[in-house]
Amino acid sequence: MQYNAPVKTESSPYAGRTGLAEWLAPKILLAVSLLSIATTAGIVVILLTESCAFFQEVSIREFLTNPKWTPLFASRNFGVAPLVAGTAMVTAGACVVAVPLGLGCAIYLSEYAPERVRRILKPLLEILAGIPTIVYGYFALTAVTPFLTLIFPQIKLFNALSASIVVGIMILPMIASLSEDAMSAVPSVMRDAAYALGSTRLEVALKVVFPAAFSGITASVVLALSRAAGETMIVTLAAGALPNLNFNYLDSIQTMTAYIVQVSKGDTPRGSIEYLTIFAVGLTLFAITFLMNILAKFISERFKEEIR
Amino acid sequence: METVIDIQHLHLYYGEFHALKNISMNIREKSVTAFIGPSGCGKSTLLRTLNRMNDMIRGVRIEGRVLVKGADIYHQDVNVELLRKNIGMVFQQPNPFPKSIYDNVAYGPRIHGVRDRRMLDEIVESSLRGAALWDEVKDHLKKPAWGLSGGQQQRLCIARALAVDPDILLMDEPTSALDPVSTLKIEELLQELKKSYTIVIVTHNMQQAARVSDQTAFFLHGEVIEFADTDKLFSNPVDKRTEDYISGRFG
Amino acid sequence: MITGEALRRRVIRRKRRDAVFHGIFLMCALAGVAVLFILLLDVVKKSAGWLDIGFITSFDSRKFEEAGMAAGIVGSLCLIAIAAPLSFVLGVATAVYLEEFAKPGRINWLIQTNISNLAGVPSIVYGLLGLAIFVRYLGFGRSVLSGGLTLTLLILPIVIVASREAIRAVPAGLRHASYALGAGKWTTVLRVVLPSALPGMLTGSILAVSRALGETAPILIVGAVTYTAKLPQSLFDSFTAMPIQIYNWTGLPKEEFRHVAAAGIVVLMIVLLSVNALAIMLRNKYSGKR
Repeated sequence: MQYNAPVKTESSPYAGRTGLAEWLAPKILLAVSLLSIATTAGIVVILLTESCAFFQEVSIREFLTNPKWTPLFASRNFGVAPLVAGTAMVTAGACVVAVPLGLGCAIYLSEYAPERVRRILKPLLEILAGIPTIVYGYFALTAVTPFLTLIFPQIKLFNALSASIVVGIMILPMIASLSEDAMSAVPSVMRDAAYALGSTRLEVALKVVFPAAFSGITASVVLALSRAAGETMIVTLAAGALPNLNFNYLDSIQTMTAYIVQVSKGDTPRGSIEYLTIFAVGLTLFAITFLMNILAKFISERFKEEIR
Repeated sequence: METVIDIQHLHLYYGEFHALKNISMNIREKSVTAFIGPSGCGKSTLLRTLNRMNDMIRGVRIEGRVLVKGADIYHQDVNVELLRKNIGMVFQQPNPFPKSIYDNVAYGPRIHGVRDRRMLDEIVESSLRGAALWDEVKDHLKKPAWGLSGGQQQRLCIARALAVDPDILLMDEPTSALDPVSTLKIEELLQELKKSYTIVIVTHNMQQAARVSDQTAFFLHGEVIEFADTDKLFSNPVDKRTEDYISGRFG
Repeated sequence: MITGEALRRRVIRRKRRDAVFHGIFLMCALAGVAVLFILLLDVVKKSAGWLDIGFITSFDSRKFEEAGMAAGIVGSLCLIAIAAPLSFVLGVATAVYLEEFAKPGRINWLIQTNISNLAGVPSIVYGLLGLAIFVRYLGFGRSVLSGGLTLTLLILPIVIVASREAIRAVPAGLRHASYALGAGKWTTVLRVVLPSALPGMLTGSILAVSRALGETAPILIVGAVTYTAKLPQSLFDSFTAMPIQIYNWTGLPKEEFRHVAAAGIVVLMIVLLSVNALAIMLRNKYSGKR
């Protein structure tokens, strides 16, 4: 029996209709997708262009070596070191708070917690992660600092310690969640082998699972610290506006992010040196967090190879 | 030969599901006992009961007794970690730790208290020899374990189990993921090992059971249908169901 | 190897250590939860008596008893009204391209790498980008339009990632059936894949909106005003937002403004909770369906 394929006529609903759309749609979609590249390019171009204008007026040498940052005062100094030190102090302090607690939490969730507890704890951690940083900033200024004053009476109202602790709390859920993912990725047959040799849960957790997931855990910590470095509202509200290199946690400091906010709140004329400083500082911040993110990605890529 | 494992009227429930029904058997020391039967009929479940790996599954309930060297292993005073040191297990998929060959074998002794470096070296060497792997890896002990072939990894897992000096070795389909040559090597190994250890092996492969074991138990739907010396079970089975399974009519 | 009694004692020691660390790890897990409760309790306590209808409907004021959040609420809504649809359309389009049309190659790799890098950029840098491009270069000024566009770029990576997952979850069988009937790729995407992936994409979009509502730094840089007594009438008007008002009140010297700020936080948290609950409801409704 001969098969006669139906002939496409003009009246057929499939005739020619799909032609144009099929050809055009992917091209439009591609154009839209390039927006993401455009955004990155935009960020880099802006930061570089305005920073170049900045460095016409201020030498890179001064930027990197001057130990004082006073661009808004009569006697101007443009050394970025105090701001970087401020950011570093808060990041390091946050690390001290968040890494032990976050990892302990991750180990508990991954190796110890019964299913019922996990079901309650994980959503709670997600809620913690979703709290806007302005709320954390409020908490730092109105609750943590007064509490710290009881322990350290000499502490200033705006201080690095309060901000560090709260930034640490802010990144804790991130470390806990990502590290727990890394530990869950360790195949359970590995745990079985360890248990079958007579290991306790602690030994399985610390000697088998943790080392196996180490790269993933490290990557998550680096990522969380990158987030801490870029944090703005907590440090703006609680850490102060006094850039310095004293490294005193009980004292006021200023981070890179807090400085950018300080300048933006006022009305700075375009092209003025003050306006340009926020881009130079922004470039520094972007470079530091970008490097940390790349490091985290590199570590986690290596992790994926090892697990296989 | 003496009985080393004495299972008495054992029932096991996964929640409502009655997985093991009234199992009673004596396993002789320094012999190889094989568990055969179609998939999902309780062989691995019984194996995991012997070193209490089933404890880790929620909703598991046991009735009856399991005596190892005369002692009830489910008694509340029993130290599970100690039990698992004395009863080793090798799994179906080779599962070495992501550590070096040396550290894999040394893991067990280390957690059970061996610190002295020379002693660890001795244990590692004798375990690897016991698993017929020493000659192949003796110059590469620090290399990562996952660089070994499948058959070598499985022998490494056997060495790792031997390193804690168990009396009994439980093997859950140890060769089903391996190629024929590795399988043969491990089967030969079992003949050596049984001189020092009591071995219980779950296998899907009847011919393997016939080759390596001294006694065989045939499982069906959570019961032991027949348990006898291997020669007798395979040449002259008492129960018709055993005969059907062996002749390939099902399973 | 140690044997016998010494071994038994050792096992008991190890088990005790296991129990101790079990407790320690549990403490760590509870630490975060404890902070959450302390924080919420503190805020709710401070806001008591200060949160009423008047607070939501009146504008900000120098007098703390008259200060209200109306401008902030409306401002936040306006920002979302710009950012949500824009980020949805652009994000879904990018996700569709990456999942359905892109061939492995340099451009594809570049797009994907950029998206994952952008997710890690501090939000304040987006503010700088918005300042330079929308406020200055394009001349939109310190307007609600600039704020909305800046937020769009900020949450775009979130929408893209969620949409990609939703598209991937559509079973291949559905696509095959469509092709087998003679439909082209774009038709299949439009009529089969997108409708099926829509709930997941909406959920992701709503979660992105929730993130945008809480952001302070980028819109602060772009020019959100901290004190205003009027609502934005057009796209180019000045604006404020809920987190900005909270920021302002927290920083004021008078003690009473701490309570006003707490009230503002409660309003913000209720809005966020509702938005997230909406997203979760949506997700449950549609994952049950399948």
